[in-house]
Amino acid sequence: MIRSDILRELAPTIKDTLTVMNIGLPSQEMHMIDDQPSNFYMLGTMGLASSIGLGLALAQKEKVLVVDGDGSVLTNMGTLPTIANNVADNYVLLIIDNGSYGSTGDQPTYAGAKTKLEEVAKACGCENVVVAQAEETVQAVKDALAGDKMTIIVAKCESGNIKVPVITMDPVVIRHRFMETIKERNA
Amino acid sequence: MDINDTIVDAYVRHKVEFITTVPCKQLGGVIEKCEAHPDIYHIPSNKEDEGMGLCAGAFMGGKRSSIIMQNTAIGVTINTLVTLTQYYRMPLPMLISYRGELGEPVACQAEMAVHTKALLAQLNIPTYHFHKQADADEFDKILQYTFMCNKPVAILTDASFWGGY
Repeated sequence: MIRSDILRELAPTIKDTLTVMNIGLPSQEMHMIDDQPSNFYMLGTMGLASSIGLGLALAQKEKVLVVDGDGSVLTNMGTLPTIANNVADNYVLLIIDNGSYGSTGDQPTYAGAKTKLEEVAKACGCENVVVAQAEETVQAVKDALAGDKMTIIVAKCESGNIKVPVITMDPVVIRHRFMETIKERNA
Repeated sequence: MDINDTIVDAYVRHKVEFITTVPCKQLGGVIEKCEAHPDIYHIPSNKEDEGMGLCAGAFMGGKRSSIIMQNTAIGVTINTLVTLTQYYRMPLPMLISYRGELGEPVACQAEMAVHTKALLAQLNIPTYHFHKQADADEFDKILQYTFMCNKPVAILTDASFWGGY
């Protein structure tokens, strides 16, 4: 399974969940598979999905899912200690670990070599780290969203991409409809 | 009134409840007061772009946010300021220690100081420079302005403002 297969399987489960999608292909794939106002698509700024999601989780009470990637977490490695030390039990970080920088042409990441992000997360102090194989990912996300404990899921899958259109929606529209959804949920 | 209290009181008055910081000697007093204040969630960042991500999330979650950092961070965060904060039109007051100005003992700090205002101008970021303690009287209005126009706004605070190193 590749990342887009996981996202396709995951879409019905997270349809109503506040979801921050990582930059590039993950955002484009989710936008194509099942665009929802509860999705925040990152159009720029590689690496910050987990930080945006953490800020959101700390600021309000609804559950927040971040769909991130191994390359993106490596770009913003400082995020893991911040997450570990600012526990938000409404926060679920799904790191789809395909060992490659998918959006730029599948160049290998260090996470696909010696570096194990699940071990990094634990070493940073994250207390609830789950490793899932690609086909176990949807269940792992369901369990995490049903629980009340901050969870980091590292989902292992193969590298590879499908053809997807870019997102042409205006960033202010993406942000506005996301914020309106958050307001409704917290009302 | 202690200048750190003036700043933190203004934050609280404007309901800035989520503040991220990257350490700085000059800003140490403000950072301590943010940490201690019951109405502020203080979250230290490991790098300033990470902090701007946290602020973006908190803002979308309904909490006004701010970042406290050094001017060297302008070099680190240009992409984030442009493609996140500005592109999605988010307000972000940036309280910045303006290192490398008069009184600076570390030569290397002058290297980023000479670029700081030019970079902020290039980015069309409204910029205010606090040189004397009385300049902080404008902090209230700057916060009001930031949340009115949904832009990142820079408040540069130099060594003279803080009373030297």
